[in-house]
Amino acid sequence: MTLLNAIIQGTLLGGYYAMIAVGLSFMVGVMRIINLAHGSLAIFAAFFLLVLSQKFGISPFLALVVVLPAMAGIGWLLQRGILERSTRAGPLVPILSTFGLAIVIDNLLFEQFGANTQSLAPSIGSLSYDSWALTDTIYVGKLAVLTFAAAVALLGGLQLLLSYTTVGLAIRATSEDPDTAELIGVNARAINATAAAIALVTVAIAGMFLAMRATFDPYAGSLQLIFAFEAAVIGGTGSLWGTLVGGIVLGLAQSMGAQIHPQGFLIAGHAVFLLILFTRRFWTVQSFKLLAGMLVGSRTA
Amino acid sequence: MSALAVEGLDVRHGLLQAVHGVSLQVAEGEIVALVGANGAGKTTLLRTIAGAHAPYSGKVLLEGEDVTAVPAHKRVAKGVALVPEGRKLFTAMTVDENLRLAGAVGRKGDWTVDRVLETFPMLKARRHARCGGLSGGEQQATAIGRALMTNPRVLLLDEVSLGLSPLAVDLVYASLKGLIESRTTILLVEQDLTRALGVSQRVICMLEGRIVLEGASRSVTREQVTEAYFGLGRDHNASAGKTS
Repeated sequence: MTLLNAIIQGTLLGGYYAMIAVGLSFMVGVMRIINLAHGSLAIFAAFFLLVLSQKFGISPFLALVVVLPAMAGIGWLLQRGILERSTRAGPLVPILSTFGLAIVIDNLLFEQFGANTQSLAPSIGSLSYDSWALTDTIYVGKLAVLTFAAAVALLGGLQLLLSYTTVGLAIRATSEDPDTAELIGVNARAINATAAAIALVTVAIAGMFLAMRATFDPYAGSLQLIFAFEAAVIGGTGSLWGTLVGGIVLGLAQSMGAQIHPQGFLIAGHAVFLLILFTRRFWTVQSFKLLAGMLVGSRTA
Repeated sequence: MSALAVEGLDVRHGLLQAVHGVSLQVAEGEIVALVGANGAGKTTLLRTIAGAHAPYSGKVLLEGEDVTAVPAHKRVAKGVALVPEGRKLFTAMTVDENLRLAGAVGRKGDWTVDRVLETFPMLKARRHARCGGLSGGEQQATAIGRALMTNPRVLLLDEVSLGLSPLAVDLVYASLKGLIESRTTILLVEQDLTRALGVSQRVICMLEGRIVLEGASRSVTREQVTEAYFGLGRDHNASAGKTS
């Protein structure tokens, strides 16, 4: 029963990791940009929601009405002002520039809000601690289930957008070959900015769930970035549904690790991430050798 | 008024000048073949007309309107479509997606995915296959279909037979025939001289970025074109000029 509980809680936690990885995965897979400011932008969105909900006494969900368009606008500016210029200078430069941006955001938040830990949990009433009883011993948090459902909905929504809408097709075409996309009538610059706007909308939603389920402070972004990275890499970078799988694998690993040892939570997650990373490398080398062996074999035969 | 006109076009790639003062006109419904050796500036000229390169000087006119400063994606809306050399399909997308995207963002008109599939029947079975897995001929047909989906007034075809088997080239040209009969204005680059002369009404030969021969496809001889193609007549003409 403990094991089953660990699996259920781990899977739900995985939904949260998938949620914070969506924007990162979308940017890597579709825009070919590694955004190291991802975590810091999520924390920025969390503070934004916090300020609105405290100042006007509204629920964070209602505050999204303001924050989502604002973050979309920031995404647009980010692409036009930073990413577009740095991508022109080479594929590695955006990594540096977004790393710098992360430092700027973290410190601006620190200057404004200080080192206190904050949370949106007080703004959402009983949702932060309510749960459903599955059996006598297994309970699932309503917020955790909501987070999981939101992650699935967000990933599914993005997948539908990319497969069926003109904007989605244009985003995919532009990511593959912006020059040719222009030749069939796609405004590649505008499409890239739109993609960045979409990515930051998902970052804002991730920031909200992060702030509702736990506490955060101005420097919390880098840890979120690591979790997002691990989920995205485990699932296969750039694959949207893979991101969900990656998040669940990470969540399960952490949840199992905590069963083995009370402090095994984080280390088990990182260990599984590294294991998968190395296994993947090993597999490609192995299959390459196998192929080479077959070719040599057929020649001598 | 000509559908497409180019006036005194100079195009540079950095220090290299690829096109030197080229002027040409293509009338509505006319098919003009552009021939020349590798590096003669044909592809650069087509890409400049489509807006993928900015010229150093000179003008590109569409039905008399100066579009030199118009970016590529807006030029599509004005009715120019380029089928690029090497096809340049979005390989991770399906045939259907390639066509639909072009139809959605291009110029409005009467080309539909179904009509493209009628024009290139070989694509019917591959409609939902990813472009990366198609044969060369199927890819070329998709690339032409994608350009047609933008409902061009002027279609620019860059080396449609490059890298295709002779059989696939025949198939692509057979499908193009319907297009040619519908009096779409076409400027095409073709390495196969017989095919270029056979399909076009007028032929333009480029050498080292300049137009060296221009004439009705029926009246020019293969020898004339070959001579212009390799620049064989130049030394002869130059020395003739000196002695006279």
